[in-house]
Formats: sequence, structure tokens, C-alpha cells
Amino acid sequence: MDANDPIELKVTPDRYLTVRYAGASGDFNPIHFDEDFAKSVGLPGRILHGLWTMAQIARAHTEAAGGPETLKRLSVQFRGMGALDQEITVKGTVDEVADGVVRVSSKAEQNGKAIVKNARAELAI
Amino acid sequence: MPVKTDAIGKTYAAVVYAVGREKVREYALAVGETNPLHLDVEAARAAGYADLVAPPMFAVVYSGAAVWPVMADPELGLDVAMMLHASQEFAWGPVVVAGDEVTTQTTVKDVSERSELGFYTFESVSTNQRGETVCTGTWTCIVRRA
Repeated sequence: MDANDPIELKVTPDRYLTVRYAGASGDFNPIHFDEDFAKSVGLPGRILHGLWTMAQIARAHTEAAGGPETLKRLSVQFRGMGALDQEITVKGTVDEVADGVVRVSSKAEQNGKAIVKNARAELAI
Repeated sequence: MPVKTDAIGKTYAAVVYAVGREKVREYALAVGETNPLHLDVEAARAAGYADLVAPPMFAVVYSGAAVWPVMADPELGLDVAMMLHASQEFAWGPVVVAGDEVTTQTTVKDVSERSELGFYTFESVSTNQRGETVCTGTWTCIVRRA
């Protein structure tokens, strides 16, 4: 992996994704799977789990770098709210390659708006 | 109403999570992983691992088991229904594989208030059965006013 390798991933969460992810992850905040509850607390509707979107960023990195062992650090800021049934694009750029560590900046966008920004990763290669 | 800051520095009882093969597979499928190391035991073994390899973000499962209950601690007074995840950081050590037992300790790192929003930061430290730190997590949540 070098500075020219693209880090890019496109994924569309289907309308039942948050139900599967809640079960798989143990994150059962009802704002993610109960439309009425989400609206009752002032949200536009059910929203994606931020940590699912972070997992898409992680996957974009491990797929580009060659496997799960490569990802050593990942930090993200959640912004806005991820919606179901709409494509998400993860894009990253290599900032630095030094001493076997690749540093990458990335973000996840949906409908042209960042839902995860300022993602910073360290990959061991 | 100001946020309650009494719990800053509080550390909670460690939670032990036994990593199951089918849980790794279920998680990997939910996040769209296609790497056979997460899905195919024979492929994982052929690559030198004892069993299915957990994706790095599976840290959410074993450390979340120790963090979610902390967020509901009455001493914090955190309104979970009004909570949004603001930021997250994980730093990983050796990979976790099915069959591992991961022990996680959670600490309240900070509680503060800015612009009518409550900010809560938690740290989780997860170690495997060999005492190796497999993941350190920093979880920051914002709580909106009702």
C-alpha cells in the first residue's frame, strides 16, 4: 500500500440494516429501529448507528491495506445523521507513510453531506 | 439543570465477554465484511489463526458490553434517549479471535456542559485471556436537552 492507493467504498444500508446491526452489535438504542420513538425525541426518523458507519470506514481501510491486522487506530467524529436506503461513500487519502505506518484521513458522505468527518487512521503495513 | 460531575474518574467492575464464532460471523455480516477470515473457519485456520478473526470494529461488541451499562448509571444522570454519539476512537493491539475471553474495564473520563449540551467521555480498556491489551476505546456522547 502506498500514497497512491485509493481508499474508497460505497454501501447502501437497506431499511432493515439497523435491526440486524442492533442485534449483532448489542446497541439497542430505539432511535435506530423504532420510527415512532425516533420522532418522539425530535429526530426525522430512524437513523443509522454511528458505529455502523464507522465500521464501513474501518472496512474501507482494512480492504485497502490487506486485512484486519493492519488497522491499529481509528478516530472519527459523527456529524449529522445517517439515513437508511441511501448510498454512503467512504473516501480516504494517505497523508503519510513512515516507519511502516500509513496515516489516512477519510470521511463518509451521504447525499453530499458528511455524516462522519475528520476520520484519522493508522495502518501497519 | 447542570450536568452531574460526581462520577468523573469512576471505574466500574470489569465485564468479561466470551467471543463466540457465530457472533463474529453475525457481526461481520451486519457490517458487510467479505474477508473470509471473518466468515470461513477453514480460511482463518489456513491463515494461521485459531478460529474466525473478529473485525477490528467488533470492539463495539466486547467493549460495548461494558460501556452501555455504564451510560445508564443513575449517578451519571445521562438521558440515554436524548444521547447522540459525538466521537469515537479505538486503538487496537493483537487481533481477537473466536474463543478468546476479553475483559473490559470502563472509566468515566469527563463530564462537562457547553451550550446547553452535556458532553460525556468514557474510556474502555479491553484485555484478552493472555493479559494483552486488544483495544482501548474513547467514547464521547452528547446529550441534548429534552
